[in-house]
Amino acid sequence: MTEAGLNGATLLVSRLKNDFGFVNMGNYTEKLSDLLELLSMFPDEHNRIELLINYADKFEEVPPEIAKRPFPEENKVPFCESGAYIWTKKQPDNTLKFYFAVENPQGISAKALAAILDMTLSGEKPEKIMNIDDDIVYKIFGQSLSMGKNMGLTGIVQMIRRNARKFLN
Amino acid sequence: MSEIKERGYANSSVLVSTEWVSKHLKDPGIRIIESNEDQLLYSTGHIPGAVHVDWTNDLNDQVRRDYLGKKEFEGLMSRIGVTPETTVIFYGDKNNWWACYAYWIFQLFGHKNAKLMDGGRLKWEKEGKEMTREIPSYIQTNYKALERDDKKIRAFRKDVLKHIDNNLPLVDVRSPDEYSGKRLHMPEYPNEGALRGGHIPGASNIPWARAINPEDGTFKTADELKSIYAKENKLKPEDNIIAYCRIGERSSHTWFVLKKLLGYKKVRNYDGSWTEWGNLVGVPIEK
Repeated sequence: MTEAGLNGATLLVSRLKNDFGFVNMGNYTEKLSDLLELLSMFPDEHNRIELLINYADKFEEVPPEIAKRPFPEENKVPFCESGAYIWTKKQPDNTLKFYFAVENPQGISAKALAAILDMTLSGEKPEKIMNIDDDIVYKIFGQSLSMGKNMGLTGIVQMIRRNARKFLN
Repeated sequence: MSEIKERGYANSSVLVSTEWVSKHLKDPGIRIIESNEDQLLYSTGHIPGAVHVDWTNDLNDQVRRDYLGKKEFEGLMSRIGVTPETTVIFYGDKNNWWACYAYWIFQLFGHKNAKLMDGGRLKWEKEGKEMTREIPSYIQTNYKALERDDKKIRAFRKDVLKHIDNNLPLVDVRSPDEYSGKRLHMPEYPNEGALRGGHIPGASNIPWARAINPEDGTFKTADELKSIYAKENKLKPEDNIIAYCRIGERSSHTWFVLKKLLGYKKVRNYDGSWTEWGNLVGVPIEK
């Protein structure tokens, strides 16, 4: 799917929500909820994979002014075998901004999730993020994830949540 | 890394190099199969002509915790255009864990013409060899498989209990922290799908990664492997050995090393592994 197609589909979901009053289930931010609804419109695995690869292509590594290699161990996602790192910075408006690195060049799923979380959670206040549900991993990647992959990706979500809690007043 | 034939393996024909694969991309007698943990990876690009065999969707029963049956295996092989004479070449991410797992499952159905690409996907990528996003299609075959034979290379929990009773060698190929149970009890860390941490009583801890060269994921030489498994851990070629990990993927890698590269006679993979043993009521564990 092209970027224009992706943006168009996201817009469509927003309109559907406004016009038909879709209910925001679970502990998600509005942007994340929109994205999950968009993904649910792609039940065909091939199309979903293409969409997720599109997100992985949008992944941007943490800029050098935030962190340089070797990255500190405290930023490493526990047991994510793709070598994912997360940094969380509080913005002047009290929202959070997340930065990511994924050291394994083959960690495409980790990159897709990082890009999705940055797009949907950065710019939100910690209280909106601290209760994000682990089940977003299955909602994004489908039910056929291997146990190891599920653990690693869930580890990313859990670290985001832990970091958000640290910034609560 | 030395040429595969010079490494002294009991059976060097089970491994092929990335170079060999690049020269056989159009060979009608081979089928290249990519098996990964990351389900997105194949679609981002793969070796030209390679088909995707996904562990979860293609190799497992979709309801029970078990592998696919004879009929489903025949369907899979026919779909990817393989005959019993076709040599299948496995490769994948994570140092070929899932490629080894797929290789091992293919052996349950007796598909002997199978090899592994040394170094896996990462080595191919690092060497800048050709990749494509084009999904190949092959003329469907009418593959006839043997009945799945779980006796020779697969172990179940009752076999493990007998091993404990008879003091026979068990090899836990997980990391030291998983083996000791430390990892399971760290707060807020993802657990391993098991209620208890630790290992099967009497198991030695030989992490799977010791068998490979970390710089390129290729297998170590036979002498280096013998030093780890035979000299340091006293495993003999005639021993009756069961290997396990968390769900059987990393232990497939060790199974491949012991059975195929070193030619050990009786090696089985306990695919129930710690996700079964660490949840099983009443069985003994050690920390």
